[in-house]
Amino acid sequence: MKKRKWPETWQEVSPGCIVAAPANAREYLTGSWKAQHPVWDDGKCIKCGLCYIFCPEGCIRETEKGFFAADLDYCKGCGICAHECWPGAITMVQEG
Amino acid sequence: MAKRVGMEVAIAASEAVALCNIDMAAVYPITPQSHIAEHLSDIVADGRIDAEFVTVESEHSAISCVAGACATGARVYTATSSQGLMLMHEILPIVSAMRLPVVMGIANRAVSGPLNILNDHTDIMSQRDCGWVVLFVENGQEAVDLTIQSFKIAENKDVMLPTCVNIDGFQLTHMVEPVEFPDQKLVNKFLPPRKPYATLHPDKPVTMGTFAMGDIFPEVMKAKDEALKGAKKVVLDVFAEWKKLFGREYKLVETYKTEDAECVFVTMGSMGETAEVAVNELRKAGVAAGLVKIRLWRPFPFEEFRAAIGKAKLLMVMDRAIVHGGMGGPVSVEIKSALYGEKNPPAVHDYIMGLGGRDVAVDDFEAMAKKSLEAYRKGVEKDYEFYGVRG
Repeated sequence: MKKRKWPETWQEVSPGCIVAAPANAREYLTGSWKAQHPVWDDGKCIKCGLCYIFCPEGCIRETEKGFFAADLDYCKGCGICAHECWPGAITMVQEG
Repeated sequence: MAKRVGMEVAIAASEAVALCNIDMAAVYPITPQSHIAEHLSDIVADGRIDAEFVTVESEHSAISCVAGACATGARVYTATSSQGLMLMHEILPIVSAMRLPVVMGIANRAVSGPLNILNDHTDIMSQRDCGWVVLFVENGQEAVDLTIQSFKIAENKDVMLPTCVNIDGFQLTHMVEPVEFPDQKLVNKFLPPRKPYATLHPDKPVTMGTFAMGDIFPEVMKAKDEALKGAKKVVLDVFAEWKKLFGREYKLVETYKTEDAECVFVTMGSMGETAEVAVNELRKAGVAAGLVKIRLWRPFPFEEFRAAIGKAKLLMVMDRAIVHGGMGGPVSVEIKSALYGEKNPPAVHDYIMGLGGRDVAVDDFEAMAKKSLEAYRKGVEKDYEFYGVRG
């Protein structure tokens, strides 16, 4: 699909802000909203996968080595993964 | 030449809608709009037009229902009054932001409380900033003509904005007036089938009513504002085409005996005709009075208004609503903005009158002119006044 120009000028916005093609929500990188991002300490991680289960964005994936990582393009920085991680392997780090 | 018939204006407005080849209507009855709802329902039930009439459970549903149908590409109509318009409020800015050419008739009625069913303009004025094209009519013929024109204005590809036609409740809606209906074939020529920008169809999926954060929301608002301002040119084009096809001429701002006028009344809606009589009476008494009638309220025709008042030294603005805690009525506030920065602007005297159906007769216009002229000649600044209020 043709890549949409972003951000658009007011002249370029489609009338009524219509999105003319389906299935392109993934192009909207909601990760830009976050104020903090999660950082994993694999030394403390027990590979239980609770972070993967609880992530409301579904942006946490298992890596090849069986640890976990977030896709920061979509992570909103809510911190639920860090809250649920009982071994304390996830730390929320301030953006910027 | 089409035949003139005597008809109640609300009935005539729904007959005008029937000429417009609408696909659906959703109208929840409310006084004084009810006759529009009932008669349009009759027209559909009698099979006179091929359209759906959806009997919704509220005005919130009525506007939501026509918005949805409009998004599929249908030509739609709804109508309401007062509390019904209040209930629609949540959806009104959404319809304009989604650029859906919904047409709505508003039988203007006072907003509660106290509970009242009679005419003033407090209903539409409370919805002033929703991004709709707003027209006011003065008589039954205008109600018919502007209802038909509204579809053409709203659906224009450079506008794509909802449009409402304000018809004073009771004062107009319940009057029997002589009305000339345009010929159906000519209306078809004037108003061809709608060509929607996009439709909701499974073969070509689109997303309407999208979510937008601060990174795009202001651009959408600016686009809507530009479209609304640009609607003025389209309204002028539609008026010009109407004159060519049907012979009746409309202006954004109408003038009556303003050429040499020293003091000028400013009205919107049905009181314009009463004011005309008052101007004639005042002129008989040697007062150089004139009258300016605003037909297009949004977008406000600033240039046309400034041109219309000519060299008048005193404007007497008739406001059928109040901006509580502000500087008077909404029309006078707008006019003061329009005159800001002008060299030697006229004095603007604002009269809040006709609220909740209080009658405003020829005598009242004459009395207001007398008051204003006395103050003006003494050089007294005049604040806004609730005309005729006891105490």
